[in-house]
Amino acid sequence: MTTLISSNRSRGVKNSLARWFITLGGISVLFTLVLIFLYLLYVVKPVFESAEIENNVNISLQLVNSEKVLATGVDELQEVAYQINDAGTINFYHLKSSTKGVNKAFNLGDVALSQSLLESDDFAEKKITSIVDSFSENKLIHTVAGKTLLVAPSFFASYEKDIREIIPQVNYPLGQDALIIDEQEMPLSKLSFAMNDELIVFVGFTEDNRLIKTTYIAEDDFGSSNDGYDVEYETVFQEIDFEHHVDEVHVTPDLNLAFIRSDSTVYVYDLNEEYDAELKATITPTLKNSDTYLTSMALLSGSSSVLLGDSSGRVSQWFEVATDNGRQFKQIRTFETDNDNKLSNAITAIHTERFRKSFYTMTNSGLVNVFYTTSDAHLWQGQLVNAATEAFAIAPRSNGLITVSKDSANNINLQTFSVTNEHPEVTWQALWQEVWYEGYPEPDYVWQSTSGSDDFEGKFSLVPISFGTVKAALYAMLFAVPIALTAAIYTAYFMTPAMRKKVKPTIEMMEALPTVILGFLAGLWLAPIMEEYLPAIFLLFFFLPLATLITAFAWHNLPNEWKEKIPETLAPLLLIPVLVLAIYLAFSLSGVLESTLFQGDMRQYLTNDLGIDFDQRNALVVGLAMGFAVIPTIFSMAEDAIFSVPSHLTSGSLALGATQWQTLAKVVLLTASPGIFSAVMMGLGRAVGETMIVLMATGNTPILDWSIFQGMRTLAANIAVEMPESEVGSSHYRILFLAAFVLFIFTFIFNTIAEFVRQRLREKYSSM
Amino acid sequence: MNKWFKSGSPWIWLSAGGVSISLISVLGLLWLIASRGLSYFWPSDLYQFDITDQNGAKSVVIGEIYDREEIPVSQLAHLNLQLDPNQEVLERLLIKTGNRELVSLDFRWLLSNYITKTEKPKEIAVVERRTHGNFYGYIDSVVLDGKTVDQSELPKLLERVDAFQEQIDELQKSDIGAINYKLERLRLQKRKYQLDNELTPARQAEIDSETEILKQDYEKLEAELMGYREKVARDHIVMRAMDGQLVTVNFEHILKVTFNNQLNVFQKTGMFFSQIWGFLVEDPREANTEGGVFPAIFGTVLMVLLMTIIVSPFGVIAAIYLHEYAGKNALTKILRIAVINLAGVPSIVYGVFGLGFFVYMVGGSLDQLFYSENLPSPTFGTPGVLWSALTLAILTLPVVIVSTEEGLSRIPSAMRHGSLALGATKAETLWRIILPIASPAIMTGIILAIARAAGEVAPLMLVGVVKMAPNLPLDGNFPFLHLDRKFMHLGFHIYDVGFQSPNVEAARPLVFATALLLVTIIVALNMTAVSIRNKLRERYKMLEH
Repeated sequence: MTTLISSNRSRGVKNSLARWFITLGGISVLFTLVLIFLYLLYVVKPVFESAEIENNVNISLQLVNSEKVLATGVDELQEVAYQINDAGTINFYHLKSSTKGVNKAFNLGDVALSQSLLESDDFAEKKITSIVDSFSENKLIHTVAGKTLLVAPSFFASYEKDIREIIPQVNYPLGQDALIIDEQEMPLSKLSFAMNDELIVFVGFTEDNRLIKTTYIAEDDFGSSNDGYDVEYETVFQEIDFEHHVDEVHVTPDLNLAFIRSDSTVYVYDLNEEYDAELKATITPTLKNSDTYLTSMALLSGSSSVLLGDSSGRVSQWFEVATDNGRQFKQIRTFETDNDNKLSNAITAIHTERFRKSFYTMTNSGLVNVFYTTSDAHLWQGQLVNAATEAFAIAPRSNGLITVSKDSANNINLQTFSVTNEHPEVTWQALWQEVWYEGYPEPDYVWQSTSGSDDFEGKFSLVPISFGTVKAALYAMLFAVPIALTAAIYTAYFMTPAMRKKVKPTIEMMEALPTVILGFLAGLWLAPIMEEYLPAIFLLFFFLPLATLITAFAWHNLPNEWKEKIPETLAPLLLIPVLVLAIYLAFSLSGVLESTLFQGDMRQYLTNDLGIDFDQRNALVVGLAMGFAVIPTIFSMAEDAIFSVPSHLTSGSLALGATQWQTLAKVVLLTASPGIFSAVMMGLGRAVGETMIVLMATGNTPILDWSIFQGMRTLAANIAVEMPESEVGSSHYRILFLAAFVLFIFTFIFNTIAEFVRQRLREKYSSM
Repeated sequence: MNKWFKSGSPWIWLSAGGVSISLISVLGLLWLIASRGLSYFWPSDLYQFDITDQNGAKSVVIGEIYDREEIPVSQLAHLNLQLDPNQEVLERLLIKTGNRELVSLDFRWLLSNYITKTEKPKEIAVVERRTHGNFYGYIDSVVLDGKTVDQSELPKLLERVDAFQEQIDELQKSDIGAINYKLERLRLQKRKYQLDNELTPARQAEIDSETEILKQDYEKLEAELMGYREKVARDHIVMRAMDGQLVTVNFEHILKVTFNNQLNVFQKTGMFFSQIWGFLVEDPREANTEGGVFPAIFGTVLMVLLMTIIVSPFGVIAAIYLHEYAGKNALTKILRIAVINLAGVPSIVYGVFGLGFFVYMVGGSLDQLFYSENLPSPTFGTPGVLWSALTLAILTLPVVIVSTEEGLSRIPSAMRHGSLALGATKAETLWRIILPIASPAIMTGIILAIARAAGEVAPLMLVGVVKMAPNLPLDGNFPFLHLDRKFMHLGFHIYDVGFQSPNVEAARPLVFATALLLVTIIVALNMTAVSIRNKLRERYKMLEH
């Protein structure tokens, strides 16, 4: 008795355990769907976040009161920072305390290295007036006496005992002696430079008002030596006629152009000629009102754009654009630093990142604004320090800032900030609206995610690939819907049960065919055939229905005894040889048609005479191939819907004297229409997400063109092509996830509507 | 006529046309793949063409006829040919001439009216080689260790070389591969000790001595390998190409020498089947454009098996929940919509999800936790066969659910009631009555899932498939099943060889053959599933009566 009770209890436990376990398993399906949704969202989300800037480290610097900090900087990992002051000393500071085990322990703020830069006898007067840099670690130092020196504060990592330590050092790429920039050795009031391996170009404005250009031409190259003792070069001095005073000078890093600002006008000089500098253009921005004037200028990374800041707090971006009158500088877009505070809003400085198109603007009030040009994004606004900034720099990886400022009590502070600004190039507008990219004649939708060069402007418009998706799906549906629906109607309504039993699985078999095979056939077999027999393909659109109708009419006129032998229910089989014959006829007529109508070659006729571009792998190929992939989906569901229309409806209609066709059109199709609609929706969902066929049967060019003879690039194919190469966590990676998310949502909507409609229909049928 | 139109008969016929077109395209597609795929294995005749071109220059071309087509003369106008003005179309032949070391392209077009003589000489031989593709030509001489011998010696010499080649393969793949694998394991073990600060001198010494022993073994095997290689390279044949050049082909490169024109139908049939067998069991050569597809078959099967193991329990449990346990409430409705949606989500989205979630998130964390000695090179944090199987398991989950549920719904409720009335609990009814009856339906679902998974390529491109995997995911080295390895896949093989290979023209027949293999597998799986389902329906009908 006791055993029975205990076994009963254990049976009960097992029973409820099974219930829990199975319920859990069932709900895990829902969990999976939600997980996919949330995970995609989780990866996409950071793309739309704006920038964040947070204070990290504050170090109070011990400087002699009269000393002024002119430049600052930090290493890539933000562990060591430096400042250069006007007495010619560079000091490196630790930004964190040493980890245990390092040879020499240090604390946050300790000086790691202190060095005087002006050691050479050339520098009698150790007083620096200005320090300029040019998108690299090289800095050009200019002293009161008009002497110049090129220095490069740099860092290397040492791995002693497996612990990384950043060691600072100072390099002198051209040696420690003073460089001669002006032939007459006058001090320069303004100076700018840029260099590559072979050339250094200096453009400066002397105190006696001469605009000079000096070029150093390396014997070998400038990159070969860090200490600078072996570098030999030839110097070319040159004066440029210039009648205005100079406020600012910038040389582009590719050494092509010099921008010279004189009040509110910018003069652009072409530096390509080694012995000449030609005035290429002048930029005169239209300013807000007559009181507004230009206050600062900066180059954007990539050597194409120049940014102009004015006294009203507005920054405008300019680059060269091909117009009807040749290449001209145009104002592309403007950025407003919000003008709500009463203080002066004039832009005192613009700092640009070395590799991206972000820039920071400074105003007198200490307000900092962060913008990104391509996406037209205003990323951040705020006060970094409550003191006068003496020096400002962006960390090499653009993930930090460093400032040196002097507060009212004359304390000099070095502060670092961490910047979270991973994806400034992506905004909702940049993804879906026209964007004016550098070098483009006008705003456009462009998808071009990668390129060989470093300072490449990523072009992430989802419009062309979404368009491609819609185009491919539409052409596929144009082809698939008529065939699938007519086939479904016939199979469900007119076909004998015996035949239906064979035909339905055969057509459904097509759904099981791997799409990679359909794609391969489309790309390597169908596309060349279609190119060769283009007229035949178009003939088929007339021949196939025509041949069917002729057969039908012929059958109609057959004598009755024949009709009994070959009943109408055999029509699909009867038509197979007829249609095969029609196809053969179309293909054999193709050559004749081509030589009579299209001067021998339809493809060339299209391109040359009609001006229609022709891709071998085009929308027609995709439409046919993907159509075949979609036909079984639509067929199967539509057939089910028509077949399960209650038979008393049709019987009633027929009994009332309607013909078969009338019954079908007025009763059956009408009743089944929600089911047919959901079948088409499901087909559309499949066509939108299909990857392999589009990947293999088109050229995958992201263009905006409805032409049936042009290819396209779809969201799905784009993911398949670019995902393996995209860097994890990059904007590109996240945008591809966004593309997947868009696809997910697309199909989610289609499927949910279709399923909803179908459930309603099922209820309706069961109530009939 | 008007009456005829009114009767609706033309429309009925037109809709019948829809059925016909669908049937033509399905059957035509299957026929196309089958004929193209099978003809790849049939030994083709070898031709010798004497050519006189429009400048009167004479030449000889030897090769297989690969394709022929008719082109209108007007398209050739730019070639300035002197042709019969009444001729509208010209036939041209695509000849596979092989001999890649002599000519840059191993295919060429021949206009048929330049051909002055076509022959099929019995002496032409095809030499199938390990590298550089086929060589077509006449055997000039057979050289055994520097001395010319009679051509009848050739089969014997080839047999001798085959035996050595087998040994070389064995050595390279299993023995040397195993030593390399062990060396790598030792290195990782050492690194792990280092990371954990547990590398005692004793351990260091132990690892060092093991490494030393393995290295010695390696050198021994290497020497043995070299010995075999020398033996293989002893002999060579001298071939005369179509332009009369003599080319030496060493035995180490030769796979097979055949005289296709000497074969009769039965011999050809024999060769046809042996070629098919070779295609199934051999490794690919020449950047996948020649040889067999064994690793791809193996990879596909293994991945699908893993997927089946994962998807079956989940799918079945979810279906049981939906049909047996879930009440008629909103949650059930949402669940059903979730299933439909899972079925409708594009496969590439699963690939993206698999890459981000499984590979980078789960795999990356696994690496941090258990395989830190291998970092920064990832173990599970990179696409691999496990992640592919998991991704496809989610993808095929709805297939199993829908099919199982259909089977469950066909079981008459009288059976459930009977069992419950006799005192069985719900779980017991399920386990003893429902599941056994539904098992064919579950089988159907699993087979359909396998068919779907075997043909799916897009997601795999992101989560684990590669064009050329150096090692199979299953081998003789502990732990035998390497779930972290990448694998080859038939579907991806088609995409890769057909679209990414440098010589698409040469690879196309192989792609057709691979496509045929894949289609055969999938159609067979589907037909099995359908027939099981049909039998099942019959049985339920009997149950009801």
